[in-house]
Amino acid sequence: MIFDIFLVEAIINGILFGGVLALLALGLNLVFGVVDVVWICYAELAMVGMYSIYWGNNHFGIPLMICVVIAILAVALLGFLIHFLVIRPILGSPPINQLLVTGGLLFFMQSFATLLFTGDFRNLGLHLPVLELAEMYISFSRLIAFFTALLAMVALYLFLKRTYLGAAIRAISQDREVVVLMGVNPQRVYLVASALGGGLAGIGAALLILQYDVHPTIGISFGPITFMICVLGGLGNMIGGFIAAFVMSQLISLGGFFLDTEWGYVIAFVFFIIMMFIRPQGLFGNRS
Amino acid sequence: MTRFSKYTALFLLASVPFLDIPDYYMHVLILILIWGFVYTSWSIMGRFGLVSLGHGAFLGIGGYTVAMLWNFYGITPWLGIPIALILATIVALIVGYPCFQFRIVGHYFALVTLALAEVVRLVIIGMREYTGGSLGMTPQRYGEGMSVYAFQFVEKDYFYGIVLLSWVFGIWVWNLVDNSMARYSMEAISDDEDASASVGINVTREKLKITILSAWLTAFGGVLYGQYQMYLNPDTIAGISVSLQIVFASIVGGMYVALGPTVGAVITILLSESLRILVGVELAGLDGTIYGIMLILFIIFLPRGILGSGWAKPLEILRFPKDKPG
Repeated sequence: MIFDIFLVEAIINGILFGGVLALLALGLNLVFGVVDVVWICYAELAMVGMYSIYWGNNHFGIPLMICVVIAILAVALLGFLIHFLVIRPILGSPPINQLLVTGGLLFFMQSFATLLFTGDFRNLGLHLPVLELAEMYISFSRLIAFFTALLAMVALYLFLKRTYLGAAIRAISQDREVVVLMGVNPQRVYLVASALGGGLAGIGAALLILQYDVHPTIGISFGPITFMICVLGGLGNMIGGFIAAFVMSQLISLGGFFLDTEWGYVIAFVFFIIMMFIRPQGLFGNRS
Repeated sequence: MTRFSKYTALFLLASVPFLDIPDYYMHVLILILIWGFVYTSWSIMGRFGLVSLGHGAFLGIGGYTVAMLWNFYGITPWLGIPIALILATIVALIVGYPCFQFRIVGHYFALVTLALAEVVRLVIIGMREYTGGSLGMTPQRYGEGMSVYAFQFVEKDYFYGIVLLSWVFGIWVWNLVDNSMARYSMEAISDDEDASASVGINVTREKLKITILSAWLTAFGGVLYGQYQMYLNPDTIAGISVSLQIVFASIVGGMYVALGPTVGAVITILLSESLRILVGVELAGLDGTIYGIMLILFIIFLPRGILGSGWAKPLEILRFPKDKPG
């Protein structure tokens, strides 16, 4: 019986972890669906956001909520700049170059963070309560993260469905050529999508810093799993990415429960590789 | 590069151990040659559009297989190396065959290989009772640390010789591929898979051949690195960081030229070493920052790398002529 309780706890924690992953995957998917570029450095954007929050709060004593808003805006600006300065000049070159250039950004952001903050692990020193539910322990920060991630996703969904810009974003991910004929300026939509993608990484950062210490290489812990979730759900397919996030987080969580955290990740990655062979278009994608 | 200058350069490189150079410089030279060898191995497949972000997997397999067989079973690296190469082949086949059969290319290939690199790194960490996990492991020292049997050479001069030979071998293989039929079929495949299949090229087999060749050399590079440092760590020898490092150094140097990846190794290692000496360790991360900016600028403005670009005329001497007709 006690075994079952721990199992349920692992499943619940997996679901909660999946929320943040789904949010990150959503941002990456948005950028990919619109601009058709995989940002290898996406998790590093979240790292920048985490440092901004830490820095503002710890160094300047700015209240946490304001720090979070500033960080989200800062990372959104960063996303905008990445597209404007780095991606735009090479939109015409082979897709793999665009992927690699963001790899250069990954190196840059990681090292620059090391330069500014050293490699030390830092945290906000917050102590959020741990909820006890029928002998299960669920940390409050994970709950906040999960529900905020859901909220952010609903907000994005409404934005895409209800606004003109949202419609333009959806249109461009469906047909790049025709959209121009409809009077949409793709360059502007690219910039908006990149800024939005950045903003989502910023929200992700705010949720991650509640649970994890920030250090320059934290992106490596979340980056690969985020790409794999996006590919698994079908790159550019947001609903698919959402579901894939929970599949992967369950694999990690249950693998971690039965074996060890690393093995959880190994199972998730091997699952990804096998799925690529079985359904290269993604779990829920249509073959184009 | 003329035959004469080629042999002069080789002669100069071979005479280094007799010059009584301080250990530190020997160390830097050895590192450059090892990484130059690894980057060259990567570019054998990378130049044909098979951009693998997972070569760290093969490095890790090479280094760890040999060290673990030695530590646990006392099997000499002379047997361990072939076993490591067989393992690398198996992994390359397991991942490569479906990839090529199902036409997984571009982004998707990069991401699948990235997952592979992470799998190998996490498996090494997960087997911590045997591999020491994130703390790394040391191959057991044999006697005084100078033994052909144990493939351990504590004297840098000896190791330099081995590494130099391996590097020359790597360049030789690169040129062999460059002058072979495989190169033409691979170039055709990277341009258009359907068209090349229609003229009778077996796409999957050609890709697998080149992948396995690259995996062998990279795994051997991992062995060299492990036996030289006498210390293995999953984060430095497997996983994403080292895989990306391999790709980027090759791009900076120029992956379409035989000596390009080596130039990439020279630049990256000299950059980090000289900054460490000039600025010291308190500015850790400075080399990576400069390197990152360099990479971005290179991919935007010089995607063919330093040696591959036309403006590098003064460096023309480092290029091998393409004198073989098709």
